[in-house]
Amino acid sequence: MHILKIITKNALRHKLRTFLTILGVAIAILAFGLLRTVISAWYAGVEASSASRLVTRNSISLIFPLPLSYKDKIRQIDGVKLVSFGNWFGGIYIDEKNFFANYAVEPKGYLTLYPEIIIPEDQKKAFLQDRKGAVAGRILIEKYRWKIGDIITLKGTIFPGEWDFVLRGIYTGRDKTVDESAFFFQWDYINETMKKTTPLRADQVGWYMIGITNPNLAADVAVRIDKTFKNSLAETLTETEKAFQLGFISMTEAIVIAIKLVSFVVIFIIMVVVANTMAMTARERIGEYAVFKTLGFGGWHIARLIFGESLLISLIGCILGIVLTFPAADIFSSSLRTYFPVFNVATKTIYMDIGASVLVGSVAAVFPTWRAIKIRIADGLRRIG
Amino acid sequence: MKIPLLYSLRNLWTRRLTTVLTASGMALVVFVFAAILMLAEGLRKTLIKTGSYDNVVVIRKAAVSEVQSGVDRMQASIVETQPEVALGSEGQRLLSKELVVLITLPRRGSDKPANVVIRGIGGSSLKLRPQIKLIEGRMPRSGSSEIIAGQSIAKRFKGGGVGETLRFAMRDWTVVGVFDAGNTGFSSEIWGDVDQLMQAFRRPVYSSVIFKLRDSSEFEAVKLRLEHDPRLTLDALRETKYYEKQSEMMAKFLRILGISLTLIFSIGAIIGAMITMYAAVANRTNEIGTMRALGFQRVSILTSFLMESLFLAFIGGCIGLFFASFLQLFTVSTMNWQTFSELAFSFSLTLEIISIALLFALVMGFIGGVLPAFRAARMNIVDALWKS
Repeated sequence: MHILKIITKNALRHKLRTFLTILGVAIAILAFGLLRTVISAWYAGVEASSASRLVTRNSISLIFPLPLSYKDKIRQIDGVKLVSFGNWFGGIYIDEKNFFANYAVEPKGYLTLYPEIIIPEDQKKAFLQDRKGAVAGRILIEKYRWKIGDIITLKGTIFPGEWDFVLRGIYTGRDKTVDESAFFFQWDYINETMKKTTPLRADQVGWYMIGITNPNLAADVAVRIDKTFKNSLAETLTETEKAFQLGFISMTEAIVIAIKLVSFVVIFIIMVVVANTMAMTARERIGEYAVFKTLGFGGWHIARLIFGESLLISLIGCILGIVLTFPAADIFSSSLRTYFPVFNVATKTIYMDIGASVLVGSVAAVFPTWRAIKIRIADGLRRIG
Repeated sequence: MKIPLLYSLRNLWTRRLTTVLTASGMALVVFVFAAILMLAEGLRKTLIKTGSYDNVVVIRKAAVSEVQSGVDRMQASIVETQPEVALGSEGQRLLSKELVVLITLPRRGSDKPANVVIRGIGGSSLKLRPQIKLIEGRMPRSGSSEIIAGQSIAKRFKGGGVGETLRFAMRDWTVVGVFDAGNTGFSSEIWGDVDQLMQAFRRPVYSSVIFKLRDSSEFEAVKLRLEHDPRLTLDALRETKYYEKQSEMMAKFLRILGISLTLIFSIGAIIGAMITMYAAVANRTNEIGTMRALGFQRVSILTSFLMESLFLAFIGGCIGLFFASFLQLFTVSTMNWQTFSELAFSFSLTLEIISIALLFALVMGFIGGVLPAFRAARMNIVDALWKS
C-alpha cells in the first residue's frame, strides 16, 4: 500500500505538469477512439451483412443491369430459397447535399430477406399496397421531418425525371449496425414508367438478392448461379453479401489504411509527450533515487515507482478520454452522417484505448527507469537540481 | 538590453532528450497537418488539370456524372451542329461523342477489384485534351478491338500493359498503347473506339458529348440554347466545373477529417510544448533571478523564453515537413464515391503548404510557450535567487 501512496504523492508534486500530461493523454485517447470508430463505421456495411444472403450482379460492373428474366432461372437453382431484386436509384432530394441511399426493390421478397429491417405491420401493408409508396429510415425522418403520407420528390440522376413518392412507412433497425438512413420504394413504379418512356431500359434489374437454404453451401450456390449464365449476354458475378460489401471497401482501402496509420501516429505523439514528462521527472529526482539506493532499496523498487507513476498518469488520461469519446462521437456522427450512417463506438475500441494507454505508460517509463537504475549512488547524490 | 538568441539555442542543446522528444511530437503533428493539406491539394490539382476551361461537357439533364448520363444519337447530332463548336486545322469539328462506362478490373499483385472507367473515343478526343500524350505503342485503329490505357492503369491493373489483353464485354481487347495524362483523372482511364465499345456493351446511346468552344465567352449562349431546346434534355457544363463537382464529396471529407484531426493533434503537441517550457522555467529559476539582477528587463526574459519555444516548434516543423516531402513519391488510388470509379492522385507539396505548416508549428510553439514565459518574466528577483 505504501508504494501506491508514494506514487500518488509523486504524481501530485508537479500538479500543473501532471494535469497537462493527463489532459494530453485524454485528448490522444479521444482522437484514437474517434479514428477507430471511423474505421469501424467504414466496415459497418460488412458487419450488417449476412453470410446467408447472396448478391448477383452483372460481371462487367455494377452499372450494367441484368435482365428481369433471370429471376425465375435463379429461383430454379438448387439451394436457392428466395429471390428478390433491386435497382440503385441515385435520386437527389431537393439538393445534391442531401445525400442518402435510395433504391428500388421488389418489396415482398426484400422485406422477407432482410428481417433486420423492422416496419410496423400496418405501415408495411400500406407500403405494399401503394405502387408509389416508399419507406424511409428513422434517421431520415428525423433529419427531414417527414410524416407518413408526405409526398417526397426525388430528382432522378439515372432514371430521368422528377419522381413522386408517398411515404408509407418508417423503418428501424433490429441491430445497431443497420443503416437507418436509407430510402426504398417499389421497383414496379420505376419499371412501369420506364416501359412507357424508354422501353429499352425496362425490365432491367441492378442486382439480385438471394436467400439460400443452407449458408454453408453459399459458395456452391454462387458458382451454380454464375455457371447458369456463363457465355450469355449478361454474365453474372455472385458473392455473399459480406464479400460484396468488402469489395466496396477494398476500393477505398487507401483511405482506411491512411486513417489507421494516423490513429497510430496519435498514440506515438502522446507517447513522446508522456515520455518527456517522465524523463523530466526522473531527472529531477535522480538524487532521491540515489538516497533510496543508499537506504538499501533495489533497482526494482525504483522501477516500480517510475512505472507506477507513468501508468497512473496514462490510465487516468485514458479514462477521461474514453468518457469524452461518447459525446464527441455523437457530434462527429451528426456532421458526418452523409458518409457514415452508422457511427457507434464499439466495445473493441475501448479495449484498444486501454491497451494503447498501458503501452504509452510503459514505454514512457522505460528510458527514465533505465537511467535511474544505472546511475551510481555517488553520481546521483552529487547531481543538484 | 536583450538576451542573446544564442542563450535560447544553447538551452535547447543542453537538454537534448527533452528537446528531441518535444520537437518530434510537434514534427508528427506538422507531418499529419502537411500530409492532409498535400492530399487535398493533390486532389484539387488532379481534377482541375483534368478539365480545360474552353471545353464543354454535355450530359443528360440531372445526371451527375458521365457514367449516369445517356445522350442518344439524335441529340448528339443536334449538339454537333451548334455554331459555337470550334473547328480544327482540317476543318473538322472539335467535338467528340463519347461512351463512358465502368468495368471491374483486378489490381496487379493484390487481385483486389476496382472500378475503372472505359471511355469510347472518336477522332477528336485527343485534340480536345492536349495534356494527353501517347508514351508507348500507338493509338487504337478505329473499328478494331484495340484499346490504350492510362499510365496508372497500365502500372496498377492486371492486363493493362502494352501487348497484354483485357477481357470484358465478351471480347478480348488488346492494349496497343499507354498514354501519359500527367496528374489528371484520365490517367485512370482506358480508351477505345467508341463504336466498337457501344457495340460490345450493347449500349445504343452515348454518355456525353464534349466540344471545344470557338470562343470561350460564348459558353453562356450555347448553354442557354442547348438547355432550352425542346428536342434536348441535356445540361451543358464547362469541363473544369464538371470535374470540380465530381470531387466535391471527397474534398469535403478530406477537409472535415483534416481539420478535426489537426485540431485534436495540435492540442496534444501544444500541451507537450507547455510541459517542456514550464519545466525549463522551473529548472532555471536561479538563472532567471541572476539575469534579472544583472539588469535584464522582464520583457527580455519573456522574449527569450518565447524564442526558445518558437525555436523548438520551428525545429519540429522542419523535421515534419522534411518527412512529409517524401510523401510526394506516393500515389493514392481510391474510389471516388460520386463517380464510383477509381481515381489516382498524389500528394502535392507547394510553397503555400510549406509556409502554412511552418506557421502552424510556430503558432503551436507560441501558444505552448507564452504561459511559461509569462511565469518566468513575472518572477520576483529575491524569491528567484533565494530558491535553490
